[in-house]
Amino acid sequence: MTEIEPGFWTALADVVAALCLLAGAFLTFAAGVGALRFGSLLARMHSVTKPQVLGLVLLLIGLALRVRSWSAVAMLALVVVFQLATAPVAAHLLSRAGFRTGKVDESELVPNQMDPSDEPDGPHGGA
Amino acid sequence: MSAPSTGALRRAAGRFVWQWPAVAALTVVWVLLWGDVSWANVLGGAALAALVVVAFPLPRIEDRATFRVLPFLGLLRRFVADLVVASFQVAWVAVRPGPLPRGAVVEVQLRNPDDLFLTVTAVLSTLVPGSLVVEARPDTGRLYVHVLDIAHFDGPEAVRADIRGLEERVLRTLAPSEVLERCGLEG
Repeated sequence: MTEIEPGFWTALADVVAALCLLAGAFLTFAAGVGALRFGSLLARMHSVTKPQVLGLVLLLIGLALRVRSWSAVAMLALVVVFQLATAPVAAHLLSRAGFRTGKVDESELVPNQMDPSDEPDGPHGGA
Repeated sequence: MSAPSTGALRRAAGRFVWQWPAVAALTVVWVLLWGDVSWANVLGGAALAALVVVAFPLPRIEDRATFRVLPFLGLLRRFVADLVVASFQVAWVAVRPGPLPRGAVVEVQLRNPDDLFLTVTAVLSTLVPGSLVVEARPDTGRLYVHVLDIAHFDGPEAVRADIRGLEERVLRTLAPSEVLERCGLEG
């Protein structure tokens, strides 16, 4: 059995932190590029939900591994939880509003199985 | 039968009893925000949480939902894996040179139109596979899902199967057994 040096875990945490920071930075960058390059509102929403959320999560994991203080980690965990809870809802509402106000070029969607009756129907619609 | 005022009073008291998970969760958030565990933080957070729960009551969900640990772990493992794959896929589509993929909107009929399961499935599906919920119809139990790269899936049928698989994992985690039976998922 080889002896583990005292600084081993610190060094390992630093390496993992560096990897997380790099991966998170790449994803966040790609999310920005996507928001610029993608041609439609809906495609941009993909870019600002998936890579952006995971990019932020990875950046915060890297940060948590580097700062190693419980109060900071608690705050970072809260940021992750609220990001996961709110990002999809925000994206959904923006896409829905865009669809209903005709900001989406529906001819680009193949197939487009959207329900044509975009009146808010059902028990929550009226009154 | 009691007078309306005592009924309202009892409902307010009852709300405290069955909303204790919400009070506990809000207290945890408060303590995390302050960053250290002290009596002042815990008691202050609990008092604030109780105030929030009484002032902004939410409908009760416990009697329509259960929680199973093993399916939850399966859901969580699959969710994290899908989130990583989906993120790198979208990131790659964004930075690679060449033409952008064609999008599509697919209608997905869920097994169970119950608000709670519909919401959880919709939120998770926006985060994970290459999909984004554009419209949700609780009355028919249908989701309208935008797909970034329809060619990456093998047509709309594969998207539907994907979302229904996610719904199955959600139902197995949260739905009571009679709902599972009705959806043909028992066992």
